[in-house]
Amino acid sequence: MNTHTLSVLVENKPSVLARASGLFARRGFNIESLAVGPTEYPEISRMTIVVNCDEQPLEQVTKQLNKLVNVIKIVELDPSVSVQRELLLVKVRADAESRSRVLETVEMFRAKVVDVHTDALTIEATGTADKIEALIRVLEPFGIKELVQSGMVAVGRGARSITDRSLRAVERSA
Amino acid sequence: MSEQLTGAQSLIRALEHLGVEVVFGIPGGTILPAYDPLLDSTKVRHVLVRHEQGAGHAAEGYAQATGKVGVCMATSGPGATNLVTAIGDAYMDSVPLLAITGQQTTQLIGTDAFQEADICGITLPITKHNFLVSRVEDIPRTVAEAYHIASTGRPGPVLVDIPKDLLQAPMEFSWPPQLELPGYRPVTRPHAKQVREAARMITSAQRPVFYVGGGVHKARASAELKVLAELTGIPVVTTLMARGTFPDGHDLHLGMPGMHGSVAAVGALQRADLIVALGARFDDRVTGRLDSFAPDAQIVHADIDPAEISKNRHADVPIVGDCREVLADLIVAVQSEHGEGRNGDYATWWETLRGWRDTYPLGYDHPDDGSISPQQVIERIGAIAGPDALYVAGVGQHQMWASQFIRHEKPGAFINSGGAGTMGFGVPAAMGAKAGRPDTTVWCIDGDGCFQMTNQELATCAIEGIPIKVAVINNGNLGMVRQWQTLFYDGRYSNTDLQSKRIPDFAKLAEAYGCVGLRCEKPEDVDAAIEKAMAIDDMPVVIDFVVHKDAMVWPMVAAGTSNDEIKVARDLAPQWDGEE
Repeated sequence: MNTHTLSVLVENKPSVLARASGLFARRGFNIESLAVGPTEYPEISRMTIVVNCDEQPLEQVTKQLNKLVNVIKIVELDPSVSVQRELLLVKVRADAESRSRVLETVEMFRAKVVDVHTDALTIEATGTADKIEALIRVLEPFGIKELVQSGMVAVGRGARSITDRSLRAVERSA
Repeated sequence: MSEQLTGAQSLIRALEHLGVEVVFGIPGGTILPAYDPLLDSTKVRHVLVRHEQGAGHAAEGYAQATGKVGVCMATSGPGATNLVTAIGDAYMDSVPLLAITGQQTTQLIGTDAFQEADICGITLPITKHNFLVSRVEDIPRTVAEAYHIASTGRPGPVLVDIPKDLLQAPMEFSWPPQLELPGYRPVTRPHAKQVREAARMITSAQRPVFYVGGGVHKARASAELKVLAELTGIPVVTTLMARGTFPDGHDLHLGMPGMHGSVAAVGALQRADLIVALGARFDDRVTGRLDSFAPDAQIVHADIDPAEISKNRHADVPIVGDCREVLADLIVAVQSEHGEGRNGDYATWWETLRGWRDTYPLGYDHPDDGSISPQQVIERIGAIAGPDALYVAGVGQHQMWASQFIRHEKPGAFINSGGAGTMGFGVPAAMGAKAGRPDTTVWCIDGDGCFQMTNQELATCAIEGIPIKVAVINNGNLGMVRQWQTLFYDGRYSNTDLQSKRIPDFAKLAEAYGCVGLRCEKPEDVDAAIEKAMAIDDMPVVIDFVVHKDAMVWPMVAAGTSNDEIKVARDLAPQWDGEE
């Protein structure tokens, strides 16, 4: 089984997320992560879906997603030619004694301290899934009080855009 | 040009513009505003049903009999949820259905208001698409979009949920609206290269079969199918959803494949080296155990829904497109193969197939005790009413016998619930079919179990002047379930005895509903009873055919087993002569 990243352009309408996530649940597809947000066009939203499955089930996933009337376009992003990022916010125990070592780790991972308290630091980091995972591993011994992660977002490298042509289709129909 | 209307008026006007002639439904609180302009419409006939499920199945029957979109209407809450079974049924069998539901006023949505149900949420997995309208000016466009989605590509049910306050609000109406469906682009034109590849495989195969599903008739392509079959001389099997798409009487036809298919049809698929699937979806009821289905076959799979291709069985040559265009292109491509001297030779294959067909024809026994065999009733109805009648079945043994023993010669003449297997489909679907085709004889072949689920629509038929004919194949039991208990549960008949030979009295029930009620208990009276029903043209007729309870549907491939395990009767497997 392989991890696949799908970029899905959808109409920015209520219930679209429910339609997509319901489809995954119903057809027994496993989602590793799902992130939705606006794009450069207000009428289009973009979902980044990470699934862990073989080629053949992946084909079913894409075909079934494509059948959803609100889905405009699906592109699989190859990790070698795309930028893939996750966001991490983590609250780590850090008192006078351990603070400097935590800060050292933050430095090493090019993360950022976004909130300071006498007993804790809140750290923000972005990066690939691997980097985020490594950072968490290193911070764990200090004591993680709270942790939140976003789903992965991804974009293809180079000058081309996957929204261009899709938007023209939207404009034609509007 | 636009004019000032209410949302409700714009809804009815939109339906009129779309050419909707019949709506099946029941009014209630939130849909009430829509019923007011409906009263004045001279173009849209409303058929007041007795239960919303009946409205849904009637719309399905109407759609399948006419090829148009069937429309049903219900109020919010329970009215809408009562439509759910029919919507699910239409989804499984790709029936173009437009369901319009009233919804609580916009302000109250989400507050658990009276008769509020999230019908869009509920029907999300069983509709092709659904809409909750949020602005009154969107009503006509949304209805047009729903109609378009329901009727194009792979057809299916679409639901439009309209809050009551929007139905009452004023708006500017203009027609036609501009559809806004950027993500909806069904592919109908097949890929030329794939078609050529399919033609090449067809002429080089030794043991090819055309596996024809419901999509061929939905594409109105039975004429093209006949041309291609005769051009190639390749055998044809027609699934439950495709009965009649290729004439039963045609020499190239091997019958229905699947769990209760003919030995020749099941055997042909199993031993094929090439299966050309046309508008079919390799359903488990056809393939049996998937990993042993047609082990030597290469697959050409043509379907308008890309997601069906390689869903269950890998397609060597996938063709996405409308079956009519696929078949038309295939004809040309095969002709060009022939032109180059590649004709295909299936003589040996046909020798085997004819052997199976001659050795294992469909048949049935007459009970020793002088009671009626259910198959006889169904066979005689088919013979007497002929190929021009419409046959609508419920679900169970009688449905299988209706598929097996009526000679289906005309495309679309057999309407039944295939994918969902909805008991109770028969009576309301027959009503809808007859409403759409008033000049055609419509027979509902029903079981006593099915009949008791939806027979309230007989009242609708009697009052609205929809004279269907219903044959209740009354074995007093949930026959198919009983058959499984006989075969797989040591004859332990848990809760399958309905005692419906005693209660209710179906003939009296029919009379009570304003229909003609007849009863037939002897084999020698069967024809007379059918002929009597045929002679009555102005009232619905119900015949209670009291039949033997031990009749079973054969052949049978037990659920979860391989098609190779087909039995022609209990513990009796066919001999696959000449092979291996």
